[in-house]
Amino acid sequence: MGFEVLLKGSNLIRLFTGILVALRISMISVMLSIVFGVIIGSLMTLKKPVINITGKLYLEFIRIMPQMVLLFLVYFGTTKAIGVNISAETASIIVFTLWGTAEMSDLIRGALNGIPTIQYESSYSLGMSVRQTYIHVIIPQIIRRMLPLSINLVTRMIKTTSLVMMIGIVEVLKVGQQIVEANRKSSPNAAFGIFATIFALYFFACWPISIFSKYLEKKWEN
Amino acid sequence: MDEILSIRNLTKSYDDLTVLNQINLDVSRGEVVVIVGPSGCGKSTLLRCINAFEKIQEGMVKLDGEVINPFKGKLNEIREKIGMVFQSYELFPHKTVLQNMTLAPIMVKKIKKKEAEEEALALLDRVGLLTKKDNYPRQLSGGQKQRVAIVRALMMHPEILLLDEITAALDPEMVKEVLDVVINLAKEGRTMVIVTHELSFARAVADRMVFIDAGRIVEEGSPIKFFESPKTERLRKFLDSFKYI
Amino acid sequence: MDLEILISYFPRYLDAFKLTVIIGCTGILIAFILGIISAFSIHFKIPIMSQFFRVYIEIFRNTPLLVQLFFFYFGLPKLGISITSEVCGVMGIGLLGGSYMAEGIRSGMDAVSESQRESALALGMTRKQMFFHVIFPEAFSLSIPAIVANVIFLLKETSVFSAISLMDLMFTAKDLIGLYYNTTEALFLLVVFYIIMLLPVSLIGNVIEGRVHYKMFGA
Repeated sequence: MGFEVLLKGSNLIRLFTGILVALRISMISVMLSIVFGVIIGSLMTLKKPVINITGKLYLEFIRIMPQMVLLFLVYFGTTKAIGVNISAETASIIVFTLWGTAEMSDLIRGALNGIPTIQYESSYSLGMSVRQTYIHVIIPQIIRRMLPLSINLVTRMIKTTSLVMMIGIVEVLKVGQQIVEANRKSSPNAAFGIFATIFALYFFACWPISIFSKYLEKKWEN
Repeated sequence: MDEILSIRNLTKSYDDLTVLNQINLDVSRGEVVVIVGPSGCGKSTLLRCINAFEKIQEGMVKLDGEVINPFKGKLNEIREKIGMVFQSYELFPHKTVLQNMTLAPIMVKKIKKKEAEEEALALLDRVGLLTKKDNYPRQLSGGQKQRVAIVRALMMHPEILLLDEITAALDPEMVKEVLDVVINLAKEGRTMVIVTHELSFARAVADRMVFIDAGRIVEEGSPIKFFESPKTERLRKFLDSFKYI
Repeated sequence: MDLEILISYFPRYLDAFKLTVIIGCTGILIAFILGIISAFSIHFKIPIMSQFFRVYIEIFRNTPLLVQLFFFYFGLPKLGISITSEVCGVMGIGLLGGSYMAEGIRSGMDAVSESQRESALALGMTRKQMFFHVIFPEAFSLSIPAIVANVIFLLKETSVFSAISLMDLMFTAKDLIGLYYNTTEALFLLVVFYIIMLLPVSLIGNVIEGRVHYKMFGA
């Protein structure tokens, strides 16, 4: 069935290293997305026309462009446009952050708008200042609404990292291809074993996170 | 009389729509004033003007001789003295009942957590909700939430309490448990301004009734006179609309 | 940007566009049918089928399409199951999409209130009539926003087809960049064609979402 290839040499370790590349790219991108998403999302609640229109256009563009296309635009396009040669990993972090920021900012905007004015007023009527109201009443509620969805974004990013092989990053899928190539003669069925294993690796990277996100969502629904 | 709240020539409008027109109202210490009137007459807006949630175009609101609307300075300092309870409870969903009650005293009044908790527990006991102290708001019924909202406001030792249609969102069988709490507060001599649709409750709790229609005070007086012998045609019609033949 | 190059590239992109749309839409149709069957089985707790579909949904929601395609295209032939890249593309979108559609439709079905069912039964409807005339239409309209979002998601996912040597838009762009180095033109047309494919769906989605919202909440 081709699973024996896994035990040859360092093949299994190589596959794991491959998925770690994927996890690293998605973690860095998620962190950056949260930071930029909070900033842009909060700006969009200010209801300034210029910010809102720019934000909407950005969001819509990212929403309808496949991440694959964005990867190509950034990886090949930037070299062409500004003459800077960026590494494939930098390109993918830029793309994932652009995408994550769009999603996070929309979530933040939704969460901020979703808290009724009267919740603020009830806090003010207890004598709390604007700062105290944000720190103790509003932000904790935002985090509860956001966290399950942000965790969800992590799994989507991990899944999307599978694309970065297409611009030449040696992640798990690329490693898999290399192993299959190298063992073409000795184990002709390696493709089945290797790709089934990668399938499982991705599943076990994402599934627990999805379950955790669902659990939080249930726990915090009001 | 010892006036605590005094409203002079208060006018509130949105663009060219006048919601409140030249309102004058005084409330003495320990007095319970109940405001009634048809929906949209401006009675809830009046409460929100007292708390400076709404900017006013004319007139002023004074609390203890100090102008509070239009107010210059830190609004939270005056709001500390005015308790407000909303129709929609507005408990903080991410905090337990006890945390809801102690948050503001600890943050604003800088009271020690332990003291705040002791006081909160005593208040919860009084309204029969001691066993719910560690529950989250979503686990409570509407009536229970509203009782918590009332005692949460009391935790700040307000000089005056504003109740804005606090039973309007409740199921009928829960109305009484909430209004009983309010009647007890009245007996203790709390100063309150209450907006409500529950006329029999109003009659039981009020020292003075105020009828607002189309942004003006149309009639005011003692509950007996107000209900038994209304002077104006408009009040008579309003009261009639609650009667069944 | 060179207009002549754009014009000379255009026919290749148009072919690729057609291929992407055909495979994408066939896949989405399968996804939709699969989604309804799964949602139905799980909602009505049909034995064996509901467990089977639950496992299916978890597996396909938690793995990337590209990995699924690699497995189908390169892995399965080793077990003697060979499929063309077109069939593989349709299958990939269908199976991935089915798991997403199932979740969307199921939450719509769960959202139809108990009192709606009871009022249908109280009017003397049979269970079958209740399902087809009350529950399903309501659940469907509640699921529309999720379904539209999934259609956009799935059409975007088609961009990985080039990995299993389908001559889609991505493949064309990569090919042209490799052959002639006219990166700007190749990327420009790539973006334009994806906008042509996805902007209308996204706009229709916004309109429908607004309508459904209006119907549900009146504003």
